[in-house]
Amino acid sequence: MYSIVIYIITGVLLLISLIASRKKTLLALKKAWKSFEKILPELIAIMLFVGLLIALLDPGTISALLGDNSGFLGLLIASVVGSITLIPGFVAFPMAAMLLNNGAGITQIALFISTLMMVGVVTFPVERKYFGTKLTVLRNSFAFGFSFLVAGLMGMILR
Amino acid sequence: MKCRRYIFPLIVAVVVAIFTLIDNQTGFKALSITGSSLLEMLSVIPPIFVLLGLLDVWVPREKIIKHLGEESGLKGVVLSFVLGAAAAGPLYGAFPIAAVFMKKGVKFSNVLIFIGAWSTTKIPMFMFEMGALGIEFALLRLAINVPGILVMALLLEKMTGKEQREAIYTQAAKLSE
Repeated sequence: MYSIVIYIITGVLLLISLIASRKKTLLALKKAWKSFEKILPELIAIMLFVGLLIALLDPGTISALLGDNSGFLGLLIASVVGSITLIPGFVAFPMAAMLLNNGAGITQIALFISTLMMVGVVTFPVERKYFGTKLTVLRNSFAFGFSFLVAGLMGMILR
Repeated sequence: MKCRRYIFPLIVAVVVAIFTLIDNQTGFKALSITGSSLLEMLSVIPPIFVLLGLLDVWVPREKIIKHLGEESGLKGVVLSFVLGAAAAGPLYGAFPIAAVFMKKGVKFSNVLIFIGAWSTTKIPMFMFEMGALGIEFALLRLAINVPGILVMALLLEKMTGKEQREAIYTQAAKLSE
């Protein structure tokens, strides 16, 4: 259902764009392919890796580590892994869906997604160059704290 | 050069192959999980990237930046959100653009909103999130994030002194030359 709607919207917009400018539309398609090709290696690697991980760990183990009742440990794993790693969303969402289908909890997954997107430990040096140490520390700390709020609310509402 | 990027997935594939040789069942299970997830993703991905390309070609950033200055008010806030949400790429890609914004005199809280929106409310990502984790999950996360980003941007602006802000703007102008 979701797919069909997106395909139709994209098709219509593409058609409008094509009518407006053939050249720009081709450029857009070229950019689309390029950005897709850019994530393809990581996508394949992470999917293979997570597939293996899930096959090795049974749902019981995943739910003990990241499940609804994993408590402090689950939140710690989700938030630390999310803050440190640099996984593009196109790879992270399917990964999160795989974990969710295999025993992980909504709160833990939401925490992982939120910290992954908002907190950047690895990119700290880059951010500092632009915004200075103080603001970078502040922004990342706020984002870290806020992620718990997001995850808590989502866990409460979606459970 | 291009092929080098595929070394990483190749290594993972070899590891999976080794596991399959040692333990058939685990290996096949891993491959079937990976295969079905990949297929699912590939069915959602193409339109999203096409939309991304269209967005990039048709939304002129330059024109919008003009409307984000000190007196831009609510319009500036909304446009900052839109610009961040229309973005693509990882968060560190936002910093150089933020530097250009500052160089052009964009209000500091709007720069912070842009960074916040870029980090977590990107439209293509949002669509992808709906496909992978469900409409409820994606919508709820968006609904919590929008006010959150706004509040954090205002707080961060308040906590950054005038001198420090000026230093950041000077630095940004240098970095975006």
